[in-house]
Amino acid sequence: MPDRTRLVGNAAYGWLLLLPAAVLLAAFTHYPAVATLAQSLFTSGTALRPAEFTGLDNYRFMLEDEVFWRVLENNAWYAIGTIPISIALAMLMAVWVNRRLPLRAFVRMSYFTPTVLPMIAVANIWLFFYTPEIGLIDQIAAGFGIGSHNWLGNPDTVLGCIIVLTIWKEAGFFMIFYLAALQSLPPELEEAARLEGAGHWHFFRRVTFPLLMPTTLFVLINAVINSFKLVDQLFILTKGGPDNASALLLYYIYEVAFSFFDQAYASTLTVVLLAVLAIIAIGQFVILDKRIHYR
Amino acid sequence: MKSGGPQALVQGIENAAALLLAVLWLAPLLYAFWAAFHPPEYAIRFDLLAPLTLENFGEAWEQAPFARYFLNTFMLVTSILAAQFVLCTLAAYAFARFEFPGRNVAFALVLMQLMIMPEVLIVENYRTMSHLGLVDTILGIGLPYMASAFGIFLLRQTFKTVPKELDDAARVEGCSHLQVLWKVYVPLARPTYIAYGLVSISYHWNNFLWPLVITNSVTTRPLTVGLAIFGAPESGVDWSVISAATLLAVAPLLIAFLLFQRQFVQSFMYAGIK
Repeated sequence: MPDRTRLVGNAAYGWLLLLPAAVLLAAFTHYPAVATLAQSLFTSGTALRPAEFTGLDNYRFMLEDEVFWRVLENNAWYAIGTIPISIALAMLMAVWVNRRLPLRAFVRMSYFTPTVLPMIAVANIWLFFYTPEIGLIDQIAAGFGIGSHNWLGNPDTVLGCIIVLTIWKEAGFFMIFYLAALQSLPPELEEAARLEGAGHWHFFRRVTFPLLMPTTLFVLINAVINSFKLVDQLFILTKGGPDNASALLLYYIYEVAFSFFDQAYASTLTVVLLAVLAIIAIGQFVILDKRIHYR
Repeated sequence: MKSGGPQALVQGIENAAALLLAVLWLAPLLYAFWAAFHPPEYAIRFDLLAPLTLENFGEAWEQAPFARYFLNTFMLVTSILAAQFVLCTLAAYAFARFEFPGRNVAFALVLMQLMIMPEVLIVENYRTMSHLGLVDTILGIGLPYMASAFGIFLLRQTFKTVPKELDDAARVEGCSHLQVLWKVYVPLARPTYIAYGLVSISYHWNNFLWPLVITNSVTTRPLTVGLAIFGAPESGVDWSVISAATLLAVAPLLIAFLLFQRQFVQSFMYAGIK
Protein backbone atom coordinates (compact mmCIF):
# COMPACT_ATOMS: atom_id res chain seq x y z
CA MET A 1 0.00 0.00 0.00
CA PRO A 2 2.61 2.62 0.91
CA ASP A 3 4.49 1.60 -2.21
CA ARG A 4 1.42 2.33 -4.27
CA THR A 5 0.89 5.77 -2.84
CA ARG A 6 4.55 6.45 -3.45
CA LEU A 7 4.14 5.50 -7.10
CA VAL A 8 1.07 7.67 -7.49
CA GLY A 9 2.88 10.46 -5.71
CA ASN A 10 5.81 10.07 -8.07
CA ALA A 11 3.58 10.24 -11.11
CA ALA A 12 1.87 13.34 -9.82
CA TYR A 13 5.26 14.89 -9.12
CA GLY A 14 6.39 14.10 -12.65
CA TRP A 15 3.36 15.81 -14.14
CA LEU A 16 3.80 18.75 -11.85
CA LEU A 17 7.38 19.25 -13.06
CA LEU A 18 6.20 19.09 -16.62
CA LEU A 19 3.22 21.36 -16.12
CA PRO A 20 4.71 24.85 -16.74
CA ALA A 21 6.38 23.81 -19.99
CA ALA A 22 3.32 21.83 -21.06
CA VAL A 23 1.00 24.80 -20.59
CA LEU A 24 3.16 27.05 -22.74
CA LEU A 25 3.67 24.41 -25.41
CA ALA A 26 -0.03 23.73 -25.56
CA ALA A 27 -0.85 27.43 -25.76
CA PHE A 28 1.68 28.38 -28.43
CA THR A 29 2.23 25.22 -30.46
CA HIS A 30 -0.63 22.74 -30.20
CA TYR A 31 -3.57 25.05 -29.76
CA PRO A 32 -2.56 27.41 -32.60
CA ALA A 33 -1.91 24.48 -34.93
CA VAL A 34 -5.45 23.19 -34.36
CA ALA A 35 -6.95 26.68 -34.33
CA THR A 36 -5.32 27.42 -37.67
CA LEU A 37 -7.09 24.43 -39.14
CA ALA A 38 -10.42 25.57 -37.70
CA GLN A 39 -9.87 29.16 -38.77
CA SER A 40 -9.29 28.12 -42.35
CA LEU A 41 -12.92 26.97 -42.53
CA PHE A 42 -14.34 30.37 -41.63
CA THR A 43 -14.45 33.81 -43.22
CA SER A 44 -12.38 36.58 -41.69
CA GLY A 45 -14.60 38.28 -39.14
CA THR A 46 -14.72 42.04 -38.84
CA ALA A 47 -15.86 44.22 -35.97
CA LEU A 48 -19.32 44.41 -37.51
CA ARG A 49 -19.63 41.02 -39.09
CA PRO A 50 -18.63 37.92 -37.09
CA ALA A 51 -16.76 35.12 -38.84
CA GLU A 52 -18.99 32.71 -40.71
CA PHE A 53 -18.48 29.04 -41.45
CA THR A 54 -17.71 28.60 -45.14
CA GLY A 55 -16.45 25.05 -45.37
CA LEU A 56 -13.74 24.70 -47.97
CA ASP A 57 -14.30 28.06 -49.65
CA ASN A 58 -10.94 29.39 -48.56
CA TYR A 59 -9.23 26.38 -50.07
CA ARG A 60 -11.14 26.81 -53.32
CA PHE A 61 -10.03 30.42 -53.37
CA MET A 62 -6.47 29.34 -52.71
CA LEU A 63 -6.39 26.90 -55.60
CA GLU A 64 -7.47 29.71 -57.90
CA ASP A 65 -5.03 32.18 -56.41
CA GLU A 66 -2.22 32.67 -58.90
CA VAL A 67 0.03 34.20 -56.30
CA PHE A 68 -0.26 31.07 -54.17
CA TRP A 69 0.98 28.87 -57.01
CA ARG A 70 3.69 31.34 -57.82
CA VAL A 71 4.86 31.36 -54.23
CA LEU A 72 4.83 27.58 -54.03
CA GLU A 73 6.86 27.35 -57.22
CA ASN A 74 9.32 29.93 -55.91
CA ASN A 75 9.67 27.97 -52.73
CA ALA A 76 10.44 24.81 -54.65
CA TRP A 77 13.16 26.60 -56.65
CA TYR A 78 14.48 28.20 -53.49
CA ALA A 79 14.80 24.76 -51.89
CA ILE A 80 16.33 23.18 -54.99
CA GLY A 81 18.72 26.08 -55.37
CA THR A 82 19.94 26.31 -51.79
CA ILE A 83 19.92 22.79 -50.37
CA PRO A 84 22.29 20.75 -52.58
CA ILE A 85 24.86 23.51 -52.95
CA SER A 86 24.93 24.49 -49.29
CA ILE A 87 25.22 20.85 -48.22
CA ALA A 88 28.02 20.16 -50.70
CA LEU A 89 29.83 23.31 -49.63
CA ALA A 90 29.35 22.46 -45.98
CA MET A 91 30.91 19.05 -46.53
CA LEU A 92 33.83 20.51 -48.43
CA MET A 93 34.41 23.14 -45.75
CA ALA A 94 34.33 20.53 -43.01
CA VAL A 95 36.80 18.29 -44.80
CA TRP A 96 39.17 21.21 -45.36
CA VAL A 97 38.94 22.54 -41.86
CA ASN A 98 39.38 19.06 -40.40
CA ARG A 99 42.77 18.46 -42.02
CA ARG A 100 46.08 20.24 -41.68
CA LEU A 101 45.71 23.61 -43.30
CA PRO A 102 47.58 26.89 -43.06
CA LEU A 103 45.57 29.46 -41.07
CA ARG A 104 43.05 26.81 -40.12
CA ALA A 105 41.54 28.75 -37.20
CA PHE A 106 41.00 31.76 -39.43
CA VAL A 107 39.43 29.68 -42.18
CA ARG A 108 37.07 27.96 -39.77
CA MET A 109 36.08 31.28 -38.26
CA SER A 110 35.35 32.77 -41.69
CA TYR A 111 33.15 29.88 -42.70
CA PHE A 112 31.19 30.00 -39.47
CA THR A 113 30.82 33.76 -39.04
CA PRO A 114 27.69 34.21 -41.22
CA THR A 115 25.89 31.82 -38.86
CA VAL A 116 26.16 34.08 -35.83
CA LEU A 117 25.09 37.21 -37.67
CA PRO A 118 21.40 38.15 -37.97
CA MET A 119 19.94 37.58 -41.42
CA ILE A 120 18.49 41.08 -41.31
CA ALA A 121 21.91 42.61 -40.80
CA VAL A 122 23.68 40.63 -43.51
CA ALA A 123 20.83 41.25 -45.94
CA ASN A 124 21.54 44.97 -45.46
CA ILE A 125 25.11 44.39 -46.58
CA TRP A 126 24.14 42.18 -49.50
CA LEU A 127 21.55 44.68 -50.64
CA PHE A 128 24.40 47.00 -51.40
CA PHE A 129 26.19 44.32 -53.42
CA TYR A 130 23.14 43.86 -55.62
CA THR A 131 22.26 47.54 -56.08
CA PRO A 132 22.43 48.51 -59.77
CA GLU A 133 25.27 50.78 -60.93
CA ILE A 134 26.67 51.86 -57.58
CA GLY A 135 26.47 48.35 -56.07
CA LEU A 136 29.63 46.33 -55.61
CA ILE A 137 28.79 43.62 -58.15
CA ASP A 138 28.05 46.15 -60.86
CA GLN A 139 31.18 48.11 -59.99
CA ILE A 140 33.30 45.02 -60.45
CA ALA A 141 31.40 44.05 -63.59
CA ALA A 142 31.99 47.54 -64.98
CA GLY A 143 35.70 46.95 -64.52
CA PHE A 144 35.39 44.08 -66.98
CA GLY A 145 33.32 46.20 -69.32
CA ILE A 146 30.04 44.51 -68.47
CA GLY A 147 27.03 46.82 -68.30
CA SER A 148 24.95 47.40 -65.19
CA HIS A 149 22.21 45.03 -64.23
CA ASN A 150 19.25 45.41 -61.90
CA TRP A 151 19.79 42.13 -60.07
CA LEU A 152 16.94 42.43 -57.61
CA GLY A 153 14.58 44.24 -59.96
CA ASN A 154 14.59 41.55 -62.60
CA PRO A 155 12.19 38.61 -62.10
CA ASP A 156 14.71 36.29 -63.76
CA THR A 157 17.58 36.98 -61.41
CA VAL A 158 15.95 37.98 -58.15
CA LEU A 159 15.42 34.49 -56.75
CA GLY A 160 18.99 33.58 -57.69
CA CYS A 161 20.22 36.53 -55.63
CA ILE A 162 18.22 35.34 -52.63
CA ILE A 163 19.55 31.83 -53.09
CA VAL A 164 23.20 32.96 -53.18
CA LEU A 165 22.78 34.93 -49.97
CA THR A 166 21.05 31.99 -48.26
CA ILE A 167 23.79 29.56 -49.27
CA TRP A 168 26.38 31.92 -47.88
CA LYS A 169 24.45 32.21 -44.63
CA GLU A 170 23.76 28.50 -44.14
CA ALA A 171 26.78 26.57 -45.38
CA GLY A 172 28.94 27.36 -42.35
CA PHE A 173 26.20 26.28 -40.00
CA PHE A 174 25.86 22.90 -41.70
CA MET A 175 29.65 22.58 -41.75
CA ILE A 176 29.58 22.34 -37.97
CA PHE A 177 27.58 19.12 -38.06
CA TYR A 178 29.93 17.58 -40.60
CA LEU A 179 32.91 18.69 -38.58
CA ALA A 180 31.47 17.00 -35.50
CA ALA A 181 30.87 13.82 -37.48
CA LEU A 182 34.35 13.85 -39.03
CA GLN A 183 35.98 14.24 -35.65
CA SER A 184 34.14 11.23 -34.34
CA LEU A 185 35.48 8.99 -37.12
CA PRO A 186 38.39 6.79 -36.00
CA PRO A 187 41.69 8.23 -37.32
CA GLU A 188 42.96 4.69 -38.00
CA LEU A 189 40.66 4.57 -41.03
CA GLU A 190 42.54 7.30 -42.82
CA GLU A 191 45.93 5.88 -41.80
CA ALA A 192 45.00 2.49 -43.15
CA ALA A 193 43.83 4.06 -46.38
CA ARG A 194 47.06 5.98 -46.71
CA LEU A 195 49.10 2.81 -46.24
CA GLU A 196 47.08 1.27 -49.02
CA GLY A 197 48.06 4.25 -51.14
CA ALA A 198 44.54 5.62 -51.53
CA GLY A 199 44.39 9.32 -52.39
CA HIS A 200 42.55 11.86 -50.30
CA TRP A 201 39.52 12.17 -52.52
CA HIS A 202 39.35 8.50 -53.28
CA PHE A 203 39.27 7.88 -49.56
CA PHE A 204 36.63 10.54 -49.15
CA ARG A 205 34.39 9.10 -51.83
CA ARG A 206 34.67 5.52 -50.72
CA VAL A 207 34.87 5.81 -46.94
CA THR A 208 34.12 9.22 -45.48
CA PHE A 209 31.15 10.15 -47.63
CA PRO A 210 29.15 6.97 -46.88
CA LEU A 211 29.99 7.25 -43.20
CA LEU A 212 28.68 10.82 -43.20
CA MET A 213 25.32 9.68 -44.53
CA PRO A 214 23.43 9.99 -41.22
CA THR A 215 24.77 13.53 -40.83
CA THR A 216 23.76 14.34 -44.38
CA LEU A 217 20.23 13.18 -43.63
CA PHE A 218 20.09 15.28 -40.51
CA VAL A 219 21.42 18.33 -42.33
CA LEU A 220 19.12 17.69 -45.27
CA ILE A 221 16.05 17.70 -43.04
CA ASN A 222 17.19 20.91 -41.38
CA ALA A 223 17.87 22.47 -44.76
CA VAL A 224 14.43 21.57 -46.06
CA ILE A 225 12.76 23.02 -42.97
CA ASN A 226 14.88 26.16 -43.32
CA SER A 227 13.84 26.61 -46.92
CA PHE A 228 10.29 27.07 -45.67
CA LYS A 229 11.16 29.02 -42.55
CA LEU A 230 13.93 31.39 -43.57
CA VAL A 231 12.34 34.45 -45.17
CA ASP A 232 13.89 37.33 -43.17
CA GLN A 233 16.09 38.42 -46.08
CA LEU A 234 13.03 39.13 -48.25
CA PHE A 235 11.99 41.93 -45.93
CA ILE A 236 15.20 43.79 -46.68
CA LEU A 237 16.04 42.77 -50.22
CA THR A 238 12.84 42.50 -52.23
CA LYS A 239 9.62 42.49 -50.20
CA GLY A 240 8.71 39.51 -52.38
CA GLY A 241 8.93 41.47 -55.58
CA PRO A 242 9.17 42.27 -58.36
CA ASP A 243 5.70 41.01 -59.10
CA ASN A 244 5.98 38.21 -56.50
CA ALA A 245 8.99 36.75 -58.29
CA SER A 246 10.81 36.25 -54.99
CA ALA A 247 7.91 35.75 -52.55
CA LEU A 248 8.07 32.56 -50.49
CA LEU A 249 5.21 30.80 -48.70
CA LEU A 250 5.88 32.08 -45.18
CA TYR A 251 6.44 35.58 -46.50
CA TYR A 252 3.14 35.43 -48.36
CA ILE A 253 1.42 34.28 -45.16
CA TYR A 254 2.86 37.29 -43.39
CA GLU A 255 1.66 39.63 -46.13
CA VAL A 256 -1.85 38.21 -46.24
CA ALA A 257 -2.21 38.31 -42.47
CA PHE A 258 -0.56 41.59 -41.61
CA SER A 259 -0.68 43.73 -44.77
CA PHE A 260 -3.98 42.57 -46.28
CA PHE A 261 -5.48 41.64 -42.87
CA ASP A 262 -7.14 38.51 -44.20
CA GLN A 263 -6.71 36.20 -41.20
CA ALA A 264 -8.82 33.39 -42.60
CA TYR A 265 -6.90 33.14 -45.84
CA ALA A 266 -3.60 33.43 -43.98
CA SER A 267 -4.73 30.48 -41.84
CA THR A 268 -5.55 28.50 -44.96
CA LEU A 269 -2.06 29.14 -46.30
CA THR A 270 -0.58 28.22 -42.92
CA VAL A 271 -2.36 24.87 -43.13
CA VAL A 272 -0.44 24.21 -46.35
CA LEU A 273 2.81 25.09 -44.59
CA LEU A 274 1.92 22.80 -41.66
CA ALA A 275 1.12 20.02 -44.11
CA VAL A 276 4.51 20.45 -45.75
CA LEU A 277 6.23 20.27 -42.36
CA ALA A 278 4.19 17.18 -41.45
CA ILE A 279 5.29 15.49 -44.67
CA ILE A 280 8.92 16.29 -43.85
CA ALA A 281 8.46 14.86 -40.36
CA ILE A 282 6.91 11.67 -41.67
CA GLY A 283 9.61 11.39 -44.31
CA GLN A 284 12.22 11.75 -41.62
CA PHE A 285 10.74 8.89 -39.60
CA VAL A 286 10.53 6.62 -42.62
CA ILE A 287 14.10 7.33 -43.69
CA LEU A 288 15.52 7.06 -40.19
CA ASP A 289 13.68 3.80 -39.72
CA LYS A 290 15.29 2.35 -42.81
CA ARG A 291 18.73 3.59 -41.90
CA ILE A 292 18.50 2.63 -38.28
CA HIS A 293 21.69 0.54 -38.47
CA TYR A 294 23.73 3.72 -38.81
CA ARG A 295 22.82 4.92 -35.36
CA MET B 1 54.12 11.70 -49.55
CA LYS B 2 56.63 9.50 -51.39
CA SER B 3 55.29 10.36 -54.82
CA GLY B 4 55.86 13.98 -53.71
CA GLY B 5 55.18 16.14 -56.74
CA PRO B 6 51.55 15.82 -57.91
CA GLN B 7 50.20 15.01 -54.45
CA ALA B 8 51.82 18.11 -52.99
CA LEU B 9 50.57 20.19 -55.88
CA VAL B 10 46.98 19.06 -55.37
CA GLN B 11 47.37 19.77 -51.68
CA GLY B 12 48.63 23.25 -52.44
CA ILE B 13 45.77 24.02 -54.78
CA GLU B 14 43.25 22.80 -52.23
CA ASN B 15 44.77 24.91 -49.50
CA ALA B 16 44.62 27.93 -51.73
CA ALA B 17 40.98 27.19 -52.57
CA ALA B 18 40.10 26.82 -48.90
CA LEU B 19 41.71 30.15 -48.14
CA LEU B 20 40.08 31.86 -51.08
CA LEU B 21 36.68 30.62 -50.00
CA ALA B 22 37.37 31.86 -46.47
CA VAL B 23 38.19 35.34 -47.74
CA LEU B 24 35.11 35.28 -49.97
CA TRP B 25 32.98 34.23 -47.01
CA LEU B 26 34.31 37.04 -44.90
CA ALA B 27 34.11 39.65 -47.65
CA PRO B 28 30.62 40.99 -46.91
CA LEU B 29 31.57 41.65 -43.31
CA LEU B 30 34.89 43.19 -44.29
CA TYR B 31 33.09 45.41 -46.72
CA ALA B 32 30.68 46.54 -44.00
CA PHE B 33 33.70 47.49 -41.88
CA TRP B 34 35.18 49.42 -44.78
CA ALA B 35 32.01 51.38 -45.43
CA ALA B 36 31.30 52.04 -41.77
CA PHE B 37 34.73 53.43 -40.90
CA HIS B 38 35.19 55.66 -43.94
CA PRO B 39 33.36 58.80 -45.09
CA PRO B 40 30.42 58.13 -47.43
CA GLU B 41 32.31 59.22 -50.54
CA TYR B 42 34.64 56.25 -50.06
CA ALA B 43 31.81 53.71 -49.75
CA ILE B 44 32.60 52.33 -53.19
CA ARG B 45 36.09 53.70 -53.68
CA PHE B 46 38.72 51.48 -52.19
CA ASP B 47 41.56 53.79 -51.48
CA LEU B 48 44.05 52.66 -48.86
CA LEU B 49 44.67 56.27 -47.93
CA ALA B 50 41.00 57.02 -47.29
CA PRO B 51 40.60 58.83 -43.98
CA LEU B 52 39.12 56.86 -41.10
CA THR B 53 36.11 58.20 -39.27
CA LEU B 54 33.64 57.30 -36.56
CA GLU B 55 31.08 59.78 -37.79
CA ASN B 56 28.86 57.15 -39.42
CA PHE B 57 28.40 55.46 -36.06
CA GLY B 58 27.53 58.74 -34.43
CA GLU B 59 25.00 59.47 -37.11
CA ALA B 60 23.39 56.05 -36.92
CA TRP B 61 23.20 56.31 -33.17
CA GLU B 62 21.47 59.70 -33.45
CA GLN B 63 19.04 58.83 -36.23
CA ALA B 64 17.45 55.85 -34.52
CA PRO B 65 16.99 54.89 -30.86
CA PHE B 66 19.59 52.14 -30.96
CA ALA B 67 20.30 52.42 -27.25
CA ARG B 68 16.67 51.51 -26.57
CA TYR B 69 16.78 48.69 -29.14
CA PHE B 70 19.86 47.30 -27.42
CA LEU B 71 18.11 47.38 -24.09
CA ASN B 72 15.04 45.66 -25.58
CA THR B 73 17.09 42.92 -27.19
CA PHE B 74 19.07 42.45 -24.01
CA MET B 75 15.93 42.13 -21.90
CA LEU B 76 14.34 39.82 -24.45
CA VAL B 77 17.30 37.49 -24.72
CA THR B 78 17.93 37.25 -20.98
CA SER B 79 14.29 36.75 -20.05
CA ILE B 80 13.87 34.01 -22.64
CA LEU B 81 17.06 32.30 -21.53
CA ALA B 82 16.18 32.44 -17.84
CA ALA B 83 12.68 31.07 -18.44
CA GLN B 84 14.00 28.38 -20.78
CA PHE B 85 16.53 27.21 -18.21
CA VAL B 86 13.89 26.86 -15.50
CA LEU B 87 11.08 25.36 -17.60
CA CYS B 88 13.27 23.03 -19.63
CA THR B 89 15.15 21.82 -16.56
CA LEU B 90 11.95 20.87 -14.75
CA ALA B 91 10.39 19.20 -17.78
CA ALA B 92 13.60 17.38 -18.70
CA TYR B 93 13.92 16.06 -15.16
CA ALA B 94 10.35 14.75 -15.34
CA PHE B 95 11.05 12.97 -18.63
CA ALA B 96 14.40 11.60 -17.55
CA ARG B 97 13.65 10.32 -14.07
CA PHE B 98 9.91 9.99 -13.43
CA GLU B 99 7.44 7.30 -14.41
CA PHE B 100 4.03 8.71 -15.10
CA PRO B 101 1.14 7.72 -17.32
CA GLY B 102 1.21 9.44 -20.70
CA ARG B 103 4.91 10.18 -20.52
CA ASN B 104 5.74 8.95 -24.00
CA VAL B 105 2.78 10.70 -25.56
CA ALA B 106 3.71 13.90 -23.75
CA PHE B 107 7.28 13.60 -24.98
CA ALA B 108 6.14 13.11 -28.57
CA LEU B 109 3.91 16.18 -28.22
CA VAL B 110 6.87 18.19 -26.96
CA LEU B 111 9.02 17.11 -29.89
CA MET B 112 6.36 18.37 -32.28
CA GLN B 113 7.68 21.85 -31.61
CA LEU B 114 10.95 20.93 -33.33
CA MET B 115 8.98 20.82 -36.57
CA ILE B 116 6.31 23.41 -35.95
CA MET B 117 8.31 26.33 -34.66
CA PRO B 118 6.54 29.43 -33.36
CA GLU B 119 7.44 31.45 -36.48
CA VAL B 120 5.21 29.20 -38.55
CA LEU B 121 2.20 30.00 -36.37
CA ILE B 122 2.45 33.80 -36.41
CA VAL B 123 -1.17 34.32 -37.43
CA GLU B 124 -2.78 32.34 -34.64
CA ASN B 125 -0.22 33.31 -32.01
CA TYR B 126 -0.84 36.94 -32.79
CA ARG B 127 -4.53 36.43 -32.04
CA THR B 128 -3.69 34.71 -28.77
CA MET B 129 -1.37 37.52 -27.77
CA SER B 130 -3.99 40.14 -28.48
CA HIS B 131 -6.50 38.22 -26.33
CA LEU B 132 -3.93 38.12 -23.56
CA GLY B 133 -3.19 41.82 -24.00
CA LEU B 134 0.46 41.03 -24.69
CA VAL B 135 0.81 42.63 -28.12
CA ASP B 136 3.75 45.01 -28.16
CA THR B 137 5.34 43.71 -24.98
CA ILE B 138 8.69 42.05 -24.49
CA LEU B 139 6.95 39.19 -22.71
CA GLY B 140 4.77 38.76 -25.80
CA ILE B 141 7.84 38.32 -28.01
CA GLY B 142 9.42 35.82 -25.67
CA LEU B 143 6.53 33.74 -24.42
CA PRO B 144 6.12 31.33 -27.38
CA TYR B 145 9.81 30.38 -27.13
CA MET B 146 10.11 29.84 -23.40
CA ALA B 147 9.07 26.20 -23.36
CA SER B 148 11.62 24.98 -25.86
CA ALA B 149 11.38 21.42 -27.16
CA PHE B 150 15.02 21.61 -28.15
CA GLY B 151 16.08 22.57 -24.63
CA ILE B 152 13.92 19.90 -23.03
CA PHE B 153 15.32 17.29 -25.37
CA LEU B 154 18.96 18.28 -24.82
CA LEU B 155 18.66 18.36 -21.04
CA ARG B 156 16.72 15.11 -20.90
CA GLN B 157 19.50 13.37 -22.84
CA THR B 158 22.05 14.79 -20.42
CA PHE B 159 20.09 13.98 -17.27
CA LYS B 160 19.69 10.40 -18.42
CA THR B 161 23.45 9.94 -18.31
CA VAL B 162 23.60 10.88 -14.62
CA PRO B 163 24.10 7.67 -12.60
CA LYS B 164 20.94 6.72 -10.75
CA GLU B 165 23.03 5.89 -7.66
CA LEU B 166 23.97 9.53 -7.20
CA ASP B 167 20.29 10.40 -7.23
CA ASP B 168 19.46 7.64 -4.72
CA ALA B 169 22.31 8.59 -2.43
CA ALA B 170 21.13 12.17 -2.27
CA ARG B 171 17.58 10.98 -1.59
CA VAL B 172 18.78 8.79 1.27
CA GLU B 173 20.46 11.83 2.77
CA GLY B 174 17.05 13.40 2.89
CA CYS B 175 17.10 15.67 -0.14
CA SER B 176 13.79 16.43 -1.82
CA HIS B 177 13.39 15.89 -5.56
CA LEU B 178 14.02 19.53 -6.29
CA GLN B 179 17.10 19.56 -4.09
CA VAL B 180 18.46 16.52 -5.92
CA LEU B 181 17.80 18.26 -9.20
CA TRP B 182 19.57 21.38 -8.04
CA LYS B 183 22.53 19.72 -6.30
CA VAL B 184 23.17 16.69 -8.50
CA TYR B 185 21.71 17.08 -11.97
CA VAL B 186 22.14 20.77 -12.73
CA PRO B 187 25.87 20.94 -11.85
CA LEU B 188 26.59 17.81 -13.87
CA ALA B 189 24.78 19.24 -16.89
CA ARG B 190 26.81 22.44 -17.00
CA PRO B 191 28.28 21.89 -20.47
CA THR B 192 24.78 21.34 -21.82
CA TYR B 193 23.56 24.56 -20.26
CA ILE B 194 26.45 26.50 -21.78
CA ALA B 195 25.92 24.97 -25.21
CA TYR B 196 22.20 25.48 -25.14
CA GLY B 197 22.58 28.98 -23.74
CA LEU B 198 24.88 30.10 -26.55
CA VAL B 199 22.61 28.63 -29.21
CA SER B 200 19.57 30.26 -27.62
CA ILE B 201 21.23 33.65 -27.28
CA SER B 202 22.38 33.74 -30.88
CA TYR B 203 18.98 32.55 -32.07
CA HIS B 204 17.01 35.18 -30.24
CA TRP B 205 19.47 37.99 -30.79
CA ASN B 206 18.97 37.35 -34.51
CA ASN B 207 15.28 36.45 -34.56
CA PHE B 208 13.15 38.71 -36.71
CA LEU B 209 9.79 37.60 -38.06
CA TRP B 210 7.82 37.06 -34.86
CA PRO B 211 9.24 40.17 -33.15
CA LEU B 212 8.32 42.17 -36.27
CA VAL B 213 4.74 40.92 -36.10
CA ILE B 214 4.18 41.39 -32.40
CA THR B 215 5.90 44.74 -31.75
CA ASN B 216 4.92 48.18 -32.97
CA SER B 217 6.76 50.69 -30.83
CA VAL B 218 10.24 51.81 -29.95
CA THR B 219 9.92 50.61 -26.38
CA THR B 220 9.63 46.93 -27.36
CA ARG B 221 11.30 46.58 -30.76
CA PRO B 222 14.46 44.46 -30.70
CA LEU B 223 17.57 45.40 -32.68
CA THR B 224 16.74 43.30 -35.72
CA VAL B 225 13.37 44.96 -36.22
CA GLY B 226 14.80 48.39 -35.51
CA LEU B 227 17.57 47.78 -38.01
CA ALA B 228 15.12 46.64 -40.69
CA ILE B 229 13.12 49.84 -40.31
CA PHE B 230 16.27 51.93 -40.23
CA GLY B 231 17.71 50.31 -43.36
CA ALA B 232 14.53 50.52 -45.42
CA PRO B 233 15.17 52.33 -48.71
CA GLU B 234 12.31 54.74 -47.91
CA SER B 235 14.28 56.05 -44.96
CA GLY B 236 16.86 57.51 -47.34
CA VAL B 237 19.88 56.84 -45.13
CA ASP B 238 23.17 56.40 -46.94
CA TRP B 239 25.26 53.25 -47.14
CA SER B 240 27.97 54.17 -44.75
CA VAL B 241 25.47 54.93 -42.02
CA ILE B 242 23.51 51.72 -42.65
CA SER B 243 26.76 49.77 -42.51
CA ALA B 244 27.62 51.44 -39.23
CA ALA B 245 24.18 50.64 -37.81
CA THR B 246 24.50 47.05 -39.01
CA LEU B 247 27.85 46.67 -37.29
CA LEU B 248 26.45 48.21 -34.13
CA ALA B 249 23.64 45.66 -34.10
CA VAL B 250 25.92 42.68 -34.58
CA ALA B 251 28.83 43.95 -32.50
CA PRO B 252 28.06 42.32 -29.13
CA LEU B 253 27.44 38.91 -30.66
CA LEU B 254 30.33 39.21 -33.09
CA ILE B 255 32.77 40.23 -30.35
CA ALA B 256 31.55 37.43 -28.11
CA PHE B 257 31.95 35.02 -30.99
CA LEU B 258 35.47 36.15 -31.80
CA LEU B 259 36.51 35.94 -28.13
CA PHE B 260 34.91 32.58 -27.41
CA GLN B 261 35.16 31.10 -30.88
CA ARG B 262 35.99 27.60 -29.71
CA GLN B 263 33.17 27.60 -27.21
CA PHE B 264 30.66 28.78 -29.83
CA VAL B 265 31.66 26.25 -32.44
CA GLN B 266 31.71 23.46 -29.89
CA SER B 267 28.33 24.46 -28.50
CA PHE B 268 26.69 24.39 -31.91
CA MET B 269 28.38 21.05 -32.56
CA TYR B 270 27.34 19.64 -29.23
CA ALA B 271 23.78 20.83 -29.60
CA GLY B 272 23.65 19.40 -33.10
CA ILE B 273 24.86 15.91 -32.30
CA LYS B 274 22.42 15.18 -29.52
